[in-house]
This record gives sequence, C-alpha cells and structure tokens, in this order.
Amino acid sequence: MKKLLNTLFVTTPDTYLSLDGENIVIKQEESVLARYPLHNLEAVCTFGYAGVSPALMGACAERNIGLTFMTRNGRFLARVIGESRGNVVLRKEQYRISDDPRRSALIARNLIIGKIYNSKWILERATRDYALRMDIKRIKQVTASLTEAMQIVRDVEDLEILRGLEGNAAVQYNSVFDDLILQQKEHFFFHGRNRRPPLDNVNALLSFAYTLLSNDMTSALEAVGLDAYVGFLHRDRPGRASLALDMMEELRSVHADRMVLSLINKKLINAKGFTRKENGAVIMDDDTRKLVIKAWQEKKQEKIMHPYLNEKISWGLVPYAQALLMARYIRGDLDEYPPFLWK
Amino acid sequence: MQVYNEEDYLLLSGIQHFNFCRRQWALIHIEQQWEENVRTLEGTYVHRIADQPFLREKRGDKLIVRAMPVQSQELGITGICDVVEFVHNLEGVPLAGERGLYLPYPVEYKRGKPKKDDSDRSQLIAQLMCLEEMLACELSTGYLYYDEIKHRVEIQVTSADRERVREVLLEMHRYYARSHTPKVKTGPHCESCSLNRVCLPEMLKRRSVSSFIESRLNE
Ligand code: SF4
Repeated sequence: MKKLLNTLFVTTPDTYLSLDGENIVIKQEESVLARYPLHNLEAVCTFGYAGVSPALMGACAERNIGLTFMTRNGRFLARVIGESRGNVVLRKEQYRISDDPRRSALIARNLIIGKIYNSKWILERATRDYALRMDIKRIKQVTASLTEAMQIVRDVEDLEILRGLEGNAAVQYNSVFDDLILQQKEHFFFHGRNRRPPLDNVNALLSFAYTLLSNDMTSALEAVGLDAYVGFLHRDRPGRASLALDMMEELRSVHADRMVLSLINKKLINAKGFTRKENGAVIMDDDTRKLVIKAWQEKKQEKIMHPYLNEKISWGLVPYAQALLMARYIRGDLDEYPPFLWK
Repeated sequence: MQVYNEEDYLLLSGIQHFNFCRRQWALIHIEQQWEENVRTLEGTYVHRIADQPFLREKRGDKLIVRAMPVQSQELGITGICDVVEFVHNLEGVPLAGERGLYLPYPVEYKRGKPKKDDSDRSQLIAQLMCLEEMLACELSTGYLYYDEIKHRVEIQVTSADRERVREVLLEMHRYYARSHTPKVKTGPHCESCSLNRVCLPEMLKRRSVSSFIESRLNE
C-alpha cells in the first residue's frame, strides 16, 4: 500500500501560498510564516480565501498533490485538478454502472452494509466499554435491529428500497448517538442531524469532520482514476461529489463520528469554542477548528488492520484503500466490492 | 499485410514490462497507473540519452546516432533506440546526407548485468525489426550493453526470435484493444514489482468478497 504523506492545512486567513524551488512558502503581508518541502505532502487544504500562486498550483497538479480551497467554516469551494490520468476505460465502466440501476444497487448495498455494520460495532463497543453508564437494553435493541437490517440489505437489488433501508438504519443509530456522549452533556447533545446550517455544537463538529472526510475521499478516488462526481447510491446532481459521498457512508461513523465523540468525551474541546448566531446557526471558532484538524491528523496516523486486505495500514489510507478496491471491482478483478467492515 | 494505425501503436519499452508480468504491463500501458505516468517516464529517459554531448558522432567508418525514434507499422509499435550504429557495408542501404552504404546495429543500454530471461532480448529484437522496416534492409545483429559488466553482448537474431516477438506483440494488441487488465499468477517477482501497491497482488489470491462478507455478517 502506498505511504501516507502529510496534509498541510492552512488555517490562517489572508495568507498567500507560493512556490519556491521544491518548497511551498506561506506568506502573510510579505513576511514568510512557514516553508515546507513539497515531497512530504499528500495534500494542501486552505481555509479562508488564501491565495495560491499559479506556479504552486501547477507544481501540485504535476505531483498529484491535492489542493483544495475551503471557506473559513469548512465549506468546500474549489479543487485544483491536473491533467487527467487517462483512465477513460475505467471511468466509462463506472458511468455504465452508474447508468444501470441494478448494477449500481449491487455496489450500493455493500456500501450500506459497511455503514450499518460499522455503526453497529461502535454501539456494541460502547456497551462493553461503558456498561455502567448506558441504557444497555435500549442500545442492544438498536444493534439487534441493525443486524437484522444488514441481513435484509444483503439480498436487495433495488436502489429505492436500499435508500429506504439505509435511512431507517440511520434513524436507529442516531436515536442512540446521544448516549455515546458521556461528558459535557449540557453543551454537547445530539437530537438529530441538521446541516444547513448546523444548529448545535455536535452537528457543527460532525459537519466539519464530514467535510474533512469527503475531501480525503474525493482525492483518493481521483488518485485511483475514478470520477468522484458519478455515484451509485447518491444520484447525480451538478457539483455534488456523489461517489465520494457513497464511499463515505461506510467511513462516516468509524472515521468521523468516533473522532468527534472522543474530542468531547476527552474534553479536548469545550463550549466556549462555539458561537450561536441569532438564527440558531452554530459556528466554531478558529482555535476549535484547529483542534479538530489536529485530532483528524493524529487519527490518520493511527494504524489498523485492513479487514479485507489483511494488511496493517494507517487510518489515513483507508479512503485510498477503499477507492483502490472500488476501482478493482469496476475493473472486474473482484466478485463484489468489499466494504470496510470495522470491529 | 496488416498495418496498425498510429494511434494504436504500443510503446516498444512495454515489451519488457509484458515479459516481466502481463498485468504490470496492462497497469502501466492500459490503465496508466504509474506514480509518474508513462509519458513523463519516456521524457526523462529521452532526456538522459539526449543529454549526451554528441548526438551524431562519426568514428572511422561508423556513424553513431543516439536517442533515435523508431516505429513499425506492421508490429504497431513505437519507441526510442538508445543508440544506433550505422556501419559501412556494401550490402547496406543509402542514408540521407551520407555517402556510401550503411547497415544499422541497435545498441540498447541496460542497468545491471545480463538477465536469464528473455525480456532484454525481445526489446532489442523489436527495435531491430523497426529498423529493418524503416530502412528496408535485412539485419541479424544487435547489442545489449550492461553497465555492471561494462561491455556489450552481441545478439544474433533468428527468424524464430522474430516470430516470438510478433506473437508477444499480437497478444499485447489484443489486450489493448479490449482494454483488459489480465489477472495473473502472483509470485516472488511481485516483491520487486514497482506497481505492487496499485496491483494488490495479495488481493488476487484472496478468497472471494462474498465469503468475506458472509463470514463477517454471521459472526
Ligand atoms: S505485483 Fe505481481 S501480479 Fe501485480 S503487476 Fe506486479 S508482478 Fe504482476
């Protein structure tokens, strides 16, 4: 498996990034804030209207370093993509599958199995680790119904039915997600998912973590030559990275939710880092955002055993490994797409 | 005689990949899965050779040309010969801008020392066949220069050799036309394969995904 390099997150607003030889240089009003060699970088992600010199964009594109622009709140703005890697054959097969509801469903159901399986095991683990603090009976009811849902999903070949089953499972998981928050409960609670805008601290955190994940997923898909915008489970919609969203389904809970929970439960963040706007929208301050990014980076370095490949890799490479497996399935090397089944 | 269209030409350098592993060749040449893509690779390669001070050098009755692009319509390949030596020969062919008759001898530079397998040979033979076609002559000799032993090995080309190269290229064109990346037997050679991380050879011998999912769901 490839090596995980660093992602450079530029969170200081009003900085300018440029190229100097083989280095990326970060400037603010003519003074140099930092300088990093490009060969250590996997991706560069800037928050807050930082400018980037055309020379640096070119250098990133040539070396396959992902370069992404986000707003300060972590909303995706743009990505720099280099000359496409000539994988027309792979992409055309991807489009053919995407146009074929049944073939799409065969992939979608494995993604959903991955999603349900992983949510189930997060809950199972929690009941084991915090047996005294949880309403075990309620959670066991949920895990039992998730187990049942997976068995049903396994035989479904219809996308609409799959979307319904996926929705139900999400409702089940969300119904006990609040139980997983063990600290700072007066400020951090979960009463359901809301996004545009997030209306409470936990949703603000989740939204930001999903943005980071979707960014990694999109880059991984592009790296293996797939089109991140053409999906199987999510319908095509202009400007939506549907395949990245599809592939995120199985990783959301294990990759993003768990990090958010540990930030709260370990009290690494607190309520002071969140501001509530007049309309109820919650936004994070820069320091909190930096803390989340730091936790995300640390999590990416942690090693796990890949369940299907049976190979030790870092969490940061899981999106890449799954993208590679998806490409291999589309190519016809595998009998099914192997979902990431974490335990 | 069947001839190929230029856009269907394969890279001559792919013969060595193909001989090493059909899947490796397909990953590089069909899927373009390379850390750097094939074109940049060819670029640095040409650069290395073209960097040498004398592009065209005369030594006695020899004319030495470096980085010479060659092709064959019949084989459907294109590539670059490291060095071609043109030697005065009464049986030879006239060359534009030169007096007298010449026969070309391709010289291919290789890292390391002579290998047991056939891959270096096949590449040289394909080059020789390109030169024959482009210059309308008949050749039977080429050289492989190995940097580790620091001298060249003479290669005599037989009609059986040519036949083998023709067959390999036909097989490559068949895969290429279908855009098919074959599955192959993995082995110790996978350890030294530069595409190991893209190919996932472990995955090729792993059990089916269905049984993986079933066993996980039933635990
Ligand atoms: S890893 Fe092995 S099977 Fe895969 S391309 Fe390389 S040599 Fe061939």
